Amino acid sequence: MDFKSAVLGRYNARIYKSRKDHILEVKAGEDQKIAANTRAVPGLMTNRGCCYAGCKGVVVGPLKDTCVITHGPIGCGFYSWGTRRNKARPDADGNNYIQYCFSTDMQEPDIVFGGEKKLKKAIDEIMAIFKPKRIMICSTCPVGLIGDDIHAVANQVEKDYGVTCVAFSCEGYKGVSQSAGHHIANNGLMRRVIGTDDSGSLGQHTINLLGEYNIGGDGWETERLLRAIGYQVVAVFTGDGSVADIARSHRADINLVQCHRSINYVAEMMKTAFGINWLKVNFIGLKAIAQSLRDLATFFGDPVLIERTEEVIAEELAAVTPDVEYYRSRLSGRTAALFVGGSRSHHYQDLLADFGVETVLAGYEFAHRDDYEGREVIPDIKEDADSKNIENLVVEPDRRYRAFLTPERYQELKETIGLEEYAGLIRGMANGGWVVDDLNHFETEEMIRLLKPDVFFSGVKDKYVAQKAGVVCRQLHSYDYSGPYSGYRGAVNFGRDVTMGLFAPAWKLVTPPWLEAKNA
Amino acid sequence: MLDQTPKEIVARSGICINPLKTCQPVGALYAALGVSRCLPHSHGSQGCVSYHRTLLTRHFKEPAVASSSSFTEGASVFGGGANLKQSVKNIFDVYNPDIIAVHTTCLSETIGDDLGSFIQELDLPEGKIVVHCNTPSYVGSHVTGFGQMVAGFVKYLAKKEEKSDQIGVFPGFVNPGDIRELRRLLALMGVSAIILPDPSDVLDGPMTGAYQMFPEGGTSLREIAALGGVKRALALGLLASKEPALALKSKCGVETDLCPQPMGVANTDAFLMRLSAISGQPIARELELERGRLLDLMLDANQYYYQKKVAIFGDPDTVIGLTTMALELGLTPKYLATGTPWEGFVTEVKTILGQYDALEGTRVKAGTDFFELHQWIKNEPVDLLIGTSYGKQIAKAEDIPMVRAGFPILDRYGHAHHPLIGYEGARRLAELTLGALMDRYDRDCADEDLDVVL
Repeated sequence: MDFKSAVLGRYNARIYKSRKDHILEVKAGEDQKIAANTRAVPGLMTNRGCCYAGCKGVVVGPLKDTCVITHGPIGCGFYSWGTRRNKARPDADGNNYIQYCFSTDMQEPDIVFGGEKKLKKAIDEIMAIFKPKRIMICSTCPVGLIGDDIHAVANQVEKDYGVTCVAFSCEGYKGVSQSAGHHIANNGLMRRVIGTDDSGSLGQHTINLLGEYNIGGDGWETERLLRAIGYQVVAVFTGDGSVADIARSHRADINLVQCHRSINYVAEMMKTAFGINWLKVNFIGLKAIAQSLRDLATFFGDPVLIERTEEVIAEELAAVTPDVEYYRSRLSGRTAALFVGGSRSHHYQDLLADFGVETVLAGYEFAHRDDYEGREVIPDIKEDADSKNIENLVVEPDRRYRAFLTPERYQELKETIGLEEYAGLIRGMANGGWVVDDLNHFETEEMIRLLKPDVFFSGVKDKYVAQKAGVVCRQLHSYDYSGPYSGYRGAVNFGRDVTMGLFAPAWKLVTPPWLEAKNA
Repeated sequence: MLDQTPKEIVARSGICINPLKTCQPVGALYAALGVSRCLPHSHGSQGCVSYHRTLLTRHFKEPAVASSSSFTEGASVFGGGANLKQSVKNIFDVYNPDIIAVHTTCLSETIGDDLGSFIQELDLPEGKIVVHCNTPSYVGSHVTGFGQMVAGFVKYLAKKEEKSDQIGVFPGFVNPGDIRELRRLLALMGVSAIILPDPSDVLDGPMTGAYQMFPEGGTSLREIAALGGVKRALALGLLASKEPALALKSKCGVETDLCPQPMGVANTDAFLMRLSAISGQPIARELELERGRLLDLMLDANQYYYQKKVAIFGDPDTVIGLTTMALELGLTPKYLATGTPWEGFVTEVKTILGQYDALEGTRVKAGTDFFELHQWIKNEPVDLLIGTSYGKQIAKAEDIPMVRAGFPILDRYGHAHHPLIGYEGARRLAELTLGALMDRYDRDCADEDLDVVL
């Protein structure tokens, strides 16, 4: 019996119906359809988080020049405090607020009588202590239910203090996963931050890095490569990022999209409003990095950049090749399963392939169909009751709209480098691989039992489930206090980490010798 | 590190900065994992349980299973009854636990879901049980949430008509390592006890190559029922075990002694004497020897602890226990802090400090946060930090050695395996503290001052 039949066969009729279209076997060359971004089944142990986690936890939280306040009871702020490993160094003013957790710590009277007063008080205190230039407010579940108007408070704060204050209504119950929160955060950044600073000049070959959260220092490694070639990075959304940088980001020449799911809305809106083209890139995996860098050079079409790109690729590759070869010799022929967030389950397949590791299963926690099937399916995606509640911000061309490419060149690049395209995860997978959306705890256990991957890449909630079953698990959300995994040097770190996991001496000691003898 | 934290203290009543507590549901979830074949269930948005499982997994380095009612916007408007009903059916169909322990969240509490009547209306498979407790996140902290869940088990399942020769023990919010030590102490004292909850073997499971969603461990349902008929019960942890003690008394009339965690010499002495009174047996010789070895170490090393100023932070019951232990070692507790809003903490700690004539120059505060603790330290520094993982930011910012103790410890391995209670726990804390202080001395001293002998 195959994996899908085995899993579905154990479900009651209702779960069967809900889950059957979320699991597919890859058939190369076919256009396959998967169900995604639908409600999790109550009671089934999903790995998904909530809207707040997507907005505050993922997109807004890493902004280092901003006091991000969680308006709600204490838990949500606490759990999203320093737990994603997005690194940041102090900004030009010496500020780095991401080490701090700000919460209004709502108590029962605040729920009964409303929490706006406490929120305002909280901000007054933050202004007195830190004097930040920027404040953001993120709502948690009860705030929406009791009707606190956080946007009115934000307006008042801007009037009172002359600072930027942006509010996000990202209550946990909205949408079906973190994804709703990404969208709400994207809308807030677009509405209130992007395009608010026209001062100074940016220089040549300017880019924004979108959907790079600098986990384990990934963004820094990617930026190092880009700078070595001659690009100016204007803003990173949002790893080691700042509102100050994002305010100027509308003037960059191109947006590079790393994590498609969490930031594609900003990419599209900046295209419409400011004419900035976007390019899906992947800086995870040796071949993928080279491809991304070459595509980027092609976009600019500058011979100097193109030449420098090849030099940097050659230099970087040469520097890591001996290590990569060594780890490839240890890892080649192994199999892996990947269950991560927005784009990682796709990106890391490229890196695993560099080490000769085959992916037998991949899935996303909170993706939409376009992340799996490619962006061309977007017009066919039907809105449902949950997605309808998330605002779809429509922007108009701004007075500062600037087309970088001629229409002819744009068409040409669409075809040659896939400008503003994303082909999705499924097309990158080999025939016979499994794709599972919103893989749950039961399906994880079955996957380990039936597909027997050598390594499972997931998050910490799954990690010890897999390891208890004898399968190495590396965290691809937080990298187990390691990283970076991006860029050429990152590839070596990754190869080393997977190798050390697989070859940990203790694996051989798990079964006591007296039992080994008995089993033999 | 924490460069924006100023020395000047501004009074705050609106903003909590760097919390020293978290919310009730995660404590309820932890308590429920200490019941045999129990699946904790969070009645709210799925983000809550995702965060809670993450926190517990990171503390224990073990799988922490729990499910969610996965509220959407619709459920938040119309109530979560249907979601609970569907969850319960799915959970028994797919995971097949013996019992589901539901706790509420700020979401389901704010909309006023009535869990008691939801549960009564459930159509359960034969022999299966669903219990609940109320844990709104805007009340108390993870510690009170833990107590609410334990009390919930008692209210639903303890039976007065059961007769038992055992005693009941509510161990409080402690680690599996403490539970193992507790069992050992009880066995040495010849006392047979029902411990609720018992996360040992569940959250410190062995590596065998086989994953079990419900490991063989946890308090059994039969034992919880029998709690109602025990001759007496001990409730350890003045805050965490208060509600369970009240519940057992009011439901089954069991007399319960609420005592501090047996951390440090005097608390352990008192605990053992209590056991001795219950069992009628003298204190075991082995424990006397163990105590002797601890005292031997404390006296041998006392000069290195003497008047070293220490900040202790974490959950109320832990800090109360550790304050006693710190005083016994000869340390000078300077700042005693918990994020949990419970004024009983201040009273207790001040009483203990008073007994050692050590109140002067101290700050004792409940409902505070790491930010305020850091500001105190900036104004008057300490030599050592004892507490939970987020304290490492302060340790780095101020270059102060730190001993990890309490919940949560996210950044090290093994803590959940070791006890803080009993003479063994005290011996371990004495050794960790000594190591931290002396490593610091050796690191900082001039070359000519470094010696290999004491």
